[in-house]
Amino acid sequence: MKIFKKDKKRDIKNKEAIEISNTTDNTKSSVKLRVFRINAIQDPKDVHHFDEFQIPVKRWTTVLDALLDAKSYHDSSIAIRYSCRMASCGSCGMKINGIPRLACYTKISELATNTITCEPLPNFPYIRDLVTDFSQFINHHRSVMPYIQNKKADIPDVNELTEYEQTPEDLDKFLQFSYCIKCGLCYSACPTVATDLKFPGPQALSQAYRYFADSRDTDKSNRLKVIDTSHGISRCHFAGSCSNVCPKGVDPALGIQLLRSHLLGFSNSEKKIAKLQDRSSNPYTAEEGEGDTEKNENNDK
Amino acid sequence: MTSSNFKNNSNKRTRWFTNITLLRESQITKIHYITGISALFVVAIHILMRLIMPFNMSLEFENVILNYKNIFYALLLESILVLIAIHGFNGLRVILLEIRQTLIWERAVNILVIVAMIGIIAYGTRTIIIANGFSVG
Ligand code: SF4
Ligand code: FES
Repeated sequence: MKIFKKDKKRDIKNKEAIEISNTTDNTKSSVKLRVFRINAIQDPKDVHHFDEFQIPVKRWTTVLDALLDAKSYHDSSIAIRYSCRMASCGSCGMKINGIPRLACYTKISELATNTITCEPLPNFPYIRDLVTDFSQFINHHRSVMPYIQNKKADIPDVNELTEYEQTPEDLDKFLQFSYCIKCGLCYSACPTVATDLKFPGPQALSQAYRYFADSRDTDKSNRLKVIDTSHGISRCHFAGSCSNVCPKGVDPALGIQLLRSHLLGFSNSEKKIAKLQDRSSNPYTAEEGEGDTEKNENNDK
Repeated sequence: MTSSNFKNNSNKRTRWFTNITLLRESQITKIHYITGISALFVVAIHILMRLIMPFNMSLEFENVILNYKNIFYALLLESILVLIAIHGFNGLRVILLEIRQTLIWERAVNILVIVAMIGIIAYGTRTIIIANGFSVG
């Protein structure tokens, strides 16, 4: 009886969350979806408003699903940008309940509220509804030369350089930063970008580090020159909000700090690389392959 | 008009004005850090010197002038002046640069800040020299 009472209390406390999770039993539940509406292309002076829709949800419904539901059954004029629906293309970034997130990667059940507010990403000019203009963002990305520059690559004898050699350790120095999907969430969360449009932003700067740390790249000093301007990397206040919102675990703030320490010449440190454990004393792994154990020992050295 | 066209045109218009590049931003940042940390030490010494006698006595006119008369103390005050002026005015410059991003504004802020910094250092140095007694006037 006591247990029952306790459960009942908790039920009342978490009423909203449970209301959503009940949908696993296929009982219907719904949320209020508030969508930011503006048409800045047709009328640059257009003042935004919010449209509200009651959307049925299940436990696995994402914000993108809810928006597409609203588009299909309530108002087909809602403008949304999306493509992969699996956090790979970076198209569906928007501000959901005040935080920049990917709509396809945010489940309504994890927001634990019955009101979902969708707004366009801050720090980007509006186009229409939830669609924003990424030109400035892409220009910044382009400005840091996001490609490998290797003088040897121009050698006419192509056979000499059919591929670039790289060890797994060298790859690990920048691998994390190469997971960026250019979704712009970090750019929209950055307080420096909000005041200084010439600041390249966390995405471009972390990509500058990604190519700077790449052992195949030979144009390091030029890369540093590009970001060493009065509106460049020095303007980062290290708020860290970029890393907080990044859906891919890129940690752009880390890239910026590593790049800055290289630029200032204070340190030449790279990202800390996880060391392989020496398992030679473990009879199970030692039996599995001696070659592996040897490799581990070499790495530890 | 594309963004590169715009950039080229604005560069042409302001070329005479933008050719002045004194230091790279990373060098300025290094100077900012070094002056900040050094200022911490010299200001700490300056404050500790107030404690060699009762605090209110240390701020009496004669004692303050005596401080200036000591050449080492005068040099300490001069170094505080220079370090704080460089560090502080660069901080102000960084704040002002974030307000607007036009090239003219950027250059105007740089020039204004350098002039103000030199002015403050010159005026402070003059005070130190007069109080020290080297003054000819
Ligand atoms: S660093 Fe992260 S948040 Fe920024 S654009 Fe890349 S994936 Fe998106
Ligand atoms: S739709 Fe591709 S990241 Fe969301």
